[in-house]
Amino acid sequence: MSPTHPIQVSINGKTIEKRVEPRLLLADFIRHEAGLTGTHVGCEHGVCGACTILFDGKPVRSCIMLAVQANGHDITTVEGLAVSEDKLHPIQNAFWEAHGLQCGFCTPGILMTLVPFLQENKNPSEAEAREAISGNLCRCTGYQHIVDATLLAAKKLREAES
Amino acid sequence: MKPAPFEYHAPTTLEAALELKAEHGDDGKPLAGGQSLIPAMNFRVAQPSLLIDLNHVPELRHISKPNGAVHIGSMTLQSTAERDPLVAEHAPLLHEAIPNIAHPQIRNRGTIGGSLAHADPASELPVVALALGARFRAQSKAGERWIEAKDFFAGLFATTLQPDELLVEIAFPTKMARTGYCFTEVARRHGDYAMAGLAAVVTLGADDKVSEARLVYLNVGDGPLDAANAASSLAGEAPNAAAFKEAGRIASQEDMSPYGNIHATPEYQRHLSAVLTERALHTATERAKAAHA
Repeated sequence: MSPTHPIQVSINGKTIEKRVEPRLLLADFIRHEAGLTGTHVGCEHGVCGACTILFDGKPVRSCIMLAVQANGHDITTVEGLAVSEDKLHPIQNAFWEAHGLQCGFCTPGILMTLVPFLQENKNPSEAEAREAISGNLCRCTGYQHIVDATLLAAKKLREAES
Repeated sequence: MKPAPFEYHAPTTLEAALELKAEHGDDGKPLAGGQSLIPAMNFRVAQPSLLIDLNHVPELRHISKPNGAVHIGSMTLQSTAERDPLVAEHAPLLHEAIPNIAHPQIRNRGTIGGSLAHADPASELPVVALALGARFRAQSKAGERWIEAKDFFAGLFATTLQPDELLVEIAFPTKMARTGYCFTEVARRHGDYAMAGLAAVVTLGADDKVSEARLVYLNVGDGPLDAANAASSLAGEAPNAAAFKEAGRIASQEDMSPYGNIHATPEYQRHLSAVLTERALHTATERAKAAHA
């Protein structure tokens, strides 16, 4: 085992301090050290997008970052979306209503991709929605309902704002 | 899989990073965005013994336009360059190419210099750098030197950077008068490795004929492929469909010898390259006609 490094990371507003081996991937830190298993690990080489999180507010792949690189940074995972256990985020509600998931494995990554996308593009076209999720693989839905859910989520967010 | 153990250093100044590079040479692997390196480490295709994480060296992140070129610090994020007004205004080819690099999630970590130093023949930035004649500033403890794009790429995943050097800055020449630029590629899914693609640069003379052209292709050789014969076939020609078709034929049949991959046979890569050449030349020419400055 190589020497460990102390890190301090804010995840969903809560500060976590741990010592980590440099080779520990950020996704594994989130799952095994922080105990937040909503972030899923699919391909482990940055292709499937299941491990997408917000790193200082921007979507990144947590399986191709080192935990030690998160020192001093803010992370939001899917657990940070819902206001409470019975009050989902509008994007989560939209996925529920439009059947935007089946097995759910890819869903956290897709949600974390869409949060900043829908902040920036409040009224995306279907083509833009498809491009936004092009970095996230889903093997169940055929994407149609994910696209529907994305457009519904945009509508819900617009209504919440007005 | 998970990376093999390694030693980790995160210098906070360029001086400290160069000190580590001087001490460890090729054993000290620079970690830029890590969007290619860490996947390779997860697969254990790459097992560096020591990583020099450059993400804490602020002097490597900058964009400016001092004179005739857009200078970009090697650790500038691709997503930063993608939205930068100087890049959009003065380096339109780079601006057009960046959204083709993987997905937003990758561009939020991936860096301009990291991609160039990685020298993947399938990647977009080496093609842009070669098409524009970009220059690369390499620095070591001993000093610095500028490397021309044509001398920087040295085959499959190889550059002429020395073991004690770091790529610190890239200078992309600003757009020229009467010149049009076009980047285009085709991938199975937007953001995936392209099956073929190119950067085209067309300069028109006073007689509205092509005075100079440049055609550089991705993923059809060991590095960014400069189709010199195809480009020179255009010089002095009227920019019309027949000339574009002939350039596409020469590029795809004579200048390149693609290897093929799981998504496309060599024959298909040639076919795509020829078709994309015609489209890119058409677009670049239209843009050249509209470009006064």
